[in-house]
Amino acid sequence: MPRETQRETLFTRRAALLAGGQALLGAALVGRLYQLQVLDKDRYSLLSDENRINVRLLAPPRGRIFDRFGTVLADNGRNYRVVVVPEQTGDLNATLSALGTLIEITDADRRRVLRDARHKHSFVPLVVRSNLTWDEMARIEVAVPELAGVAIEQGMIREYPYGMTAAHVVGYVAAPSEKDLTGDPLLELPDFRIGKSGIEKSQDALLRGTAGTSEIEVNAYGRVVREIAHQPGQPGQDVVLGLDMAMQDFVMRRCAAEPSIACVLLDAVTGDVLALVSSPSFDPMLFSAGLTPAVWQQLSTDPRNPLTDKAIAGVYPPGSTFKPVVALAALEGGAITPDTPITCPGYLKLGDAIFHCWKKGGHGTLHLHDAIKESCDVFFYETARRTGIDRIAAMAHRFGFGAVLGLDIPGERSGLIPTRDWKLATTGTSWQPGETLIAGIGQGAVVATPLQIATMAARLVTSRAIVPHLVRGDRLPPGGDPRPPEFAVLDIAQRNLALVVAGMDAVVNDRHGTAYAARIKDPALAMGGKSGTSQVRRITQYEREHGLRKVKDIPWKDRDHALFVAFAPVASPRYVCATIVEHGGTSGGGGSEVAAPICRDVLIEVQRRDPARQVPQPASVARAGPPAMPPQAPTIASHG
Amino acid sequence: MASFAPDIGHHELTFADKVRGLQWALMLLVALIAGIGFAMLYSAANGSLHPWASRQMTRFAIALVAMVAAALIDIRYWFRSAYWIYGIALLLIVAVDVHGRAGLGAQRWISIGTFQLQPSEIMKIALVLALARYFHGLSAENAGRIRYLIVPALLILAPTALVLKQPDLGTAMMLLAAGAILFFLGGVRLWVFGVGALAAAATAPLAWSMLRDYQKTRLYTFLQPDRDPLGAGYHILQSKIALGSGGLWGKGFLLGTQSHLSFLPEKQTDFIFTMIAEEFGLVGSATLLALYVLVIFYAFAIALRSRSQFGRLLGLGIAVNFFLYAFINMAMVMGLIPVVGVPLPLVSYGGTAMVTVMLGFGLLMNTGIHRDVRIGPLGESRLG
Repeated sequence: MPRETQRETLFTRRAALLAGGQALLGAALVGRLYQLQVLDKDRYSLLSDENRINVRLLAPPRGRIFDRFGTVLADNGRNYRVVVVPEQTGDLNATLSALGTLIEITDADRRRVLRDARHKHSFVPLVVRSNLTWDEMARIEVAVPELAGVAIEQGMIREYPYGMTAAHVVGYVAAPSEKDLTGDPLLELPDFRIGKSGIEKSQDALLRGTAGTSEIEVNAYGRVVREIAHQPGQPGQDVVLGLDMAMQDFVMRRCAAEPSIACVLLDAVTGDVLALVSSPSFDPMLFSAGLTPAVWQQLSTDPRNPLTDKAIAGVYPPGSTFKPVVALAALEGGAITPDTPITCPGYLKLGDAIFHCWKKGGHGTLHLHDAIKESCDVFFYETARRTGIDRIAAMAHRFGFGAVLGLDIPGERSGLIPTRDWKLATTGTSWQPGETLIAGIGQGAVVATPLQIATMAARLVTSRAIVPHLVRGDRLPPGGDPRPPEFAVLDIAQRNLALVVAGMDAVVNDRHGTAYAARIKDPALAMGGKSGTSQVRRITQYEREHGLRKVKDIPWKDRDHALFVAFAPVASPRYVCATIVEHGGTSGGGGSEVAAPICRDVLIEVQRRDPARQVPQPASVARAGPPAMPPQAPTIASHG
Repeated sequence: MASFAPDIGHHELTFADKVRGLQWALMLLVALIAGIGFAMLYSAANGSLHPWASRQMTRFAIALVAMVAAALIDIRYWFRSAYWIYGIALLLIVAVDVHGRAGLGAQRWISIGTFQLQPSEIMKIALVLALARYFHGLSAENAGRIRYLIVPALLILAPTALVLKQPDLGTAMMLLAAGAILFFLGGVRLWVFGVGALAAAATAPLAWSMLRDYQKTRLYTFLQPDRDPLGAGYHILQSKIALGSGGLWGKGFLLGTQSHLSFLPEKQTDFIFTMIAEEFGLVGSATLLALYVLVIFYAFAIALRSRSQFGRLLGLGIAVNFFLYAFINMAMVMGLIPVVGVPLPLVSYGGTAMVTVMLGFGLLMNTGIHRDVRIGPLGESRLG
């Protein structure tokens, strides 16, 4: 059958061609596989991992803040919030309504949840409300079995057990603002908070810790399948302060009656800040939970500046509390000796100007010791005139005035000690001799912070360049610090220092001293000190001629500030306290009448507790709960 | 070649002869490939026989019986029934079309109890049978004459057009390609293919207008897969990621992340090759490819030994169909051709394709068993 054979031959030939074609196509498949699985393997592996692996940041727990005895000032509390998982609810609307019968859910919350439910995968938990109270939680917990898809989740919130008592020192945390963002993804976590003021801010790097990571595998819909790797991260370090919370609390209560006041209590030897009070204060929890515009408005417009730490950022003319500095400048410069007699007729004439003493009839002739004791203005006008502003300024700087002391919380202000150069540079006019006289009684351009005034006293009584600080290395060991910090010795004759300190002793303990009424009667606890009453506005010639107005007739904002700086015990000073009562407080009195009694009470209490040397029994350290403020305390409403 | 075969052309084959003639090696290869399929379906269900692997095994068992039955039936019976089978398949396609238009938009199957029959799959075999019978009766001279090609051309185009309308681009492509190859093997002059190609190019705009929007999108996507990585290009991109990330040795059985985390679409059906390549790497995918090559090689060997034109055409037609299945599927998941929805033969989950492919192998073995049977123009025996 040649025809059949011919057909078979043709078929075989074409079958061979077909096989060849198929072989080519098969080779193309092999080539493609090689390209994808060998040549481009790395690229596709990467894409595959990117597909399935999400890296989540784990926020490290923030370090806690303790006082010198281990009292917790800032802690991490639990913030309970109620969440719904839409896919488990069946009917989200009905679930929200049911939840609304248990706790208050605003329309805004409801709209937000419903909107999020539309945009997110249905297995993503949505927060309905945060910061649940125990009561609200209990109500939800009981109902959870009937509320499918509802759960209570736990987040972290910064807690300040003492609330406003140490708010300025400890500070507060808040969500990072736009300018805080450094590109660190940790800052972008929704619940993350950073320090915004006080220790929380200055020690933020230490307290923050480092983020951990959790690598999780997700499927194509974003649902978490499993955790692949977990790196816990580094919790923030705890910070111990030199503060004694019991003293801070005591001072706060003692100051509570005054409308606006600042008080500093230092360990004069170590420089530890034992209490740093600025009243009125604010509730730091308001910031960590998120501030409402109304509360912010109220806090920021209050004339008493609750948000400002007046102990370090309030600047006031130091008034007569500045006189020890002037005295030492004069003694060291040889402008006067302890025995130089100066006569006070009640005023001093310089050219055409008349400078008055606070005592209308004058003090008569007196020496330095009595001039300090009785705070004679004319004596110090004359002493300042003889010493010159530049030597006064130099001495003031050695005592910590005119520059920030470098306290380890932000916000400290430098105050001002005027000099000839400063005057020329800022006003373009030359220094007038009369300005030296005014500076001699701590008025005029001279301004200082309460912390600077307290530091001055600490340097006076220790003759060392004490620098105040809040952060300690560790808690106080029993018996006090074995090796207190060594501050440089001031290059001032011991004899001169002793003379000034003796004068300050007499201010309080001499029958004729200005603050004799505020003395500590127990000789073992006796304090020395210096009062000051600084003018807020000039006394007019009219007032001099027609008599001063009564205090209660002057508007509060125009009244004089009352200051007192004190140290105790007088025999071997360890504690220093400086108090400034803005505008003389409720009574409108001077430094010795209003501020001195506060210093007295604080120094009695601090010597009784002796926090520089004694570790109290645990029971005596108030641990739990914010202390109740006295009813008349100038509290800032924390709710709306 | 024929001289080594037992001379059984002069008398009827006994049942024992036929059973002895079964291609056991081919059956082993087929079972091996199906076994790989079971393993992958087990993996696709995250290490469970349910819901795919167990049902696929049952289907394979049924299909195996169908295959052997198809192999043992006398080849002349198949020859005589070829046009009938084709006619029934075509009618079923029309029925599905009419039914589909009445009901849902894109129904391609007929439900028989729980079994869903896709007539277009049956047509893949029916067309080969019909064309093999037609060309068997066509002399070499007549095969060169254009008027003798009108009927077989219609045999191809009628189901192709209907299937394209369903719309099932993959099956239409396969029918057209298989038909063209049978023309080629049947001895049609080469210039006819040139003319056919030109005609196809001329009717391309018409074909384009018949495509549904999603099919057009698939073609766009093929041309520019990165155009819309989360939309239409998503499937093919994820498939390439799965393939590529498998590397040389793969991620390990049950450990394919792309497939198990649902990034890979249709992992148990059209994209199952990707899953093999992800879990077993180039080694696994190349091994499967080699098994397919062996099967096709075997099919060629069987077909070429047949002494009848019908047997040869039927055998190679089946081989070509199988090749097209495998090639189109693999080229598709590798991003070499557009996504057209063709399953990987013997491996992808699905009943009709499994039965069709196995029936095809039955017919292929049939041509092996009956290689010496002479078939007359009407299917009668032509001894000696």
